Amino acid sequence: MSRASLFIPLTAFVVIVALLYAGFSLNDPHQLPSALIGKPFPTFDLPALSAEGSAAARVTQSDIRGPVLVNVWATWCPTCRAEHAELLRIHDESGLRIIGINYKDNPAQARLWLAQLGNPYEFNVVDADGTLGVDLGVYGAPESFLIDASGTIVYKRVGDVNRRVWQEEIKPHVDVLAKSAAAAGAPHG
Amino acid sequence: MIPELGHFALILVFTLSLMLGVIPLIGAARGYQAWMRSAFTLAAGVAVFALLAFGCLVYAFVTDDFSVRYTATNSNSLLPIYYKVAAVWGAHEGSFLLWILIASLWTLAVAAFSRHLPLAMISRVLAVMGWLAAGFAAFSLFTSNPFERALPIAPSEGSDLNPLLQDFGLTIHPPILYTGYVGFSVAFAFALAALMTGRLDAAWARWSRPWTNAAWAFLSVGIALGSWWAYYELGWGGWWFWDPVENASFMPWLMGTALVHSLAVTEKRGAFKSWTVLLAIGAFSLSLLGAFIVRSGVLTSVHAFAVDPKRGLFILAFLVIVVGGSLTLYAVRVPLIRSRVHFEGWSREVLLLVNNVLLVVAMACVLLGTLYPLAYEAITNGGKISVGPPYFNSVFIPLMVVLSLALGVGPSTRWKRTSVEYLLRKLVAVFAASVVIGVALPLLISGAFKWQIAVGSAIALWIVGSHLQDLWQQSGGRLSGLRRLTAGYFGMTIAHIGFAVTLIGIVVTSHSSIERDVRLTNGASTQLGALTFTLVAVDRVRGPNYIADRGSVRIDGDGTSYVMFPEKRRYLSGGNVMTEAAIEPGVTRDVYVAMGEPLADGGWTLRLHYKPLVRWVWVGALLMALGGVTAVADARYRRLRVRRDVAIRAAESGA
Repeated sequence: MSRASLFIPLTAFVVIVALLYAGFSLNDPHQLPSALIGKPFPTFDLPALSAEGSAAARVTQSDIRGPVLVNVWATWCPTCRAEHAELLRIHDESGLRIIGINYKDNPAQARLWLAQLGNPYEFNVVDADGTLGVDLGVYGAPESFLIDASGTIVYKRVGDVNRRVWQEEIKPHVDVLAKSAAAAGAPHG
Repeated sequence: MIPELGHFALILVFTLSLMLGVIPLIGAARGYQAWMRSAFTLAAGVAVFALLAFGCLVYAFVTDDFSVRYTATNSNSLLPIYYKVAAVWGAHEGSFLLWILIASLWTLAVAAFSRHLPLAMISRVLAVMGWLAAGFAAFSLFTSNPFERALPIAPSEGSDLNPLLQDFGLTIHPPILYTGYVGFSVAFAFALAALMTGRLDAAWARWSRPWTNAAWAFLSVGIALGSWWAYYELGWGGWWFWDPVENASFMPWLMGTALVHSLAVTEKRGAFKSWTVLLAIGAFSLSLLGAFIVRSGVLTSVHAFAVDPKRGLFILAFLVIVVGGSLTLYAVRVPLIRSRVHFEGWSREVLLLVNNVLLVVAMACVLLGTLYPLAYEAITNGGKISVGPPYFNSVFIPLMVVLSLALGVGPSTRWKRTSVEYLLRKLVAVFAASVVIGVALPLLISGAFKWQIAVGSAIALWIVGSHLQDLWQQSGGRLSGLRRLTAGYFGMTIAHIGFAVTLIGIVVTSHSSIERDVRLTNGASTQLGALTFTLVAVDRVRGPNYIADRGSVRIDGDGTSYVMFPEKRRYLSGGNVMTEAAIEPGVTRDVYVAMGEPLADGGWTLRLHYKPLVRWVWVGALLMALGGVTAVADARYRRLRVRRDVAIRAAESGA
């Protein structure tokens, strides 16, 4: 054993530190890796958020066919409140459909929120338990998923959807989806 | 006033730790007795003020002082008193203050129980621990001060402790886990002190062994508690997720396990010295790395604390100084002399070497899997991937199989040299019996053959059988013979049997659990395995700070009939909804019922689990910890001190 070989642990440590530092400066916690990109939306069978007093319909993954933005939100989440206005604007201006997942929330408060702030959602899935959230790898609200026509996840956003994220990240994906839908439709049309 | 007192106490912890880091070290270098001896007083001072600071924060929580920002964000006047106390370590700032307290108590313990060691040695050990304490205190003071006030507008009510953390398991999980993490700092300090003096001998290994065992035992219990908590509180029945934060506690455990074994060789045979030093540095470094991972947000996880880049950079800098510094010291100071200790073939040294190599490789695999997403991101400039259980299971399980096979041979080997014929003669019957029973027993009990379970139970029986056989032989088959055996030997046997218990628990519960999501209306039943589940009623009940829907589910079959009460809680302050699963624990199986969603027709969806032997996973971990603690009680650690006391008394009476 030579003196030089004793430096191996130190060298390994330096590599790890460089890695941690790089990851630390690179890492934007808003862009999480998702093993779900390119995978079908997870299966679920949950109630939809209903009007007060009326019976809840049940919805499953087959009700999620794109192009549609699936947005995970909750009334206890302050960022969701900030994001809400942008979702309304996106829905109004682009006509993109949005489906909500009301995550670990109180349905009564959720109804109140939608009544007060406006409702950009086609419908809301009530995931009071977070079981769908687990399958989606949700680690905090808000999170958003873009789903294509076959029900496949094409994009994931952790954190709020703001104007920049919409313009730079989501809209390009939506345009691609629209284009491929047009191309697929062309032979028949 | 009280929070300011706490803040001031924390500043004193910092300054006293700095003094502890400097004065005894200079004393040891120059041979000033009084300077060296000041280490004991300073260690006591650090502990006293750390206790005071911690007490002040507890006081702020108990008296609902929401003018303290940390209290306001993590407590609530509706919380029961025990959760108010537990909320002290419910988030980053307070949990780090707990970390500091525990570090200071370990330092105090070393100061109190090591007065028989050479003064130059122990003063250096305490000085190293002083440096660490100073670093911890600086981190708390400069980046995460728990005593910060939210003035001038103090909220009248706190925003409550995260409901996930309102739970017994989680109130004791952090203190025990931290005791394990920080406990490795003792072995680390002994290793550094030995490097400074250049005295890497058997005595050094003997001094650090009980401390390492104790820290390792705490870490084992801490990890088991975390796993148990995830199982019953997260509500989906899993008990290990290979999550970065779990890995962060598992890596030091693997390294610590290697260290515990390597120390045995260094103490008994004087071999593996530089390797043992490296493991001691490694185990504590991985504890620090774990702290970095959890608190910097560099890897995302379900357990992540609030992300703050300043904290991450501070811990990274601390990591560079402590780990980089100690590895440099290691590279420069470890003696190059090859140890002249001779051993060959199937000796105990070789078996322990196998143990060390496997454990370190296992640790490296976990480290690789944990850091790989980061490396990938750095190399591909922003590409993201996740490494999941399939990777960890596929690398980890084969290593553990080999380790377990070697573990069965371990206790029967002797130091220096053991003949293969002797081992064969002794063990072949045990091996054959464990294979036969391991295959037959699960088949008889469950009626179904699964090769994973057959292999798992054969291996577990092999470990238990070979240890019991050795115990039989060592004691001569007589009860009186047991008294001749040392606590160290019993500790080893208990810990190894604990390992087998955990192993069988993991294998059986992974391969024969049944789980199903069902919809039940009131009075309806469903079948899961041999059990019938009937939803009897769902009631609305009120707890201290939540309202819950409580289901009554009757279970028939299994020879008995009982009712379980899963709950769906809504916490009043945050509106958070939590699933409180009902678990019917048992030695042979757990029945687990969690409430899902209410249905339009008045029924509910329920998640049902039948989990055989799941409890064995944690019972085994507790046995391992018990083994570690038993070994600490070994008389030879005290003998040295007694001899010295006798010598002193003799000298005094002679004078």
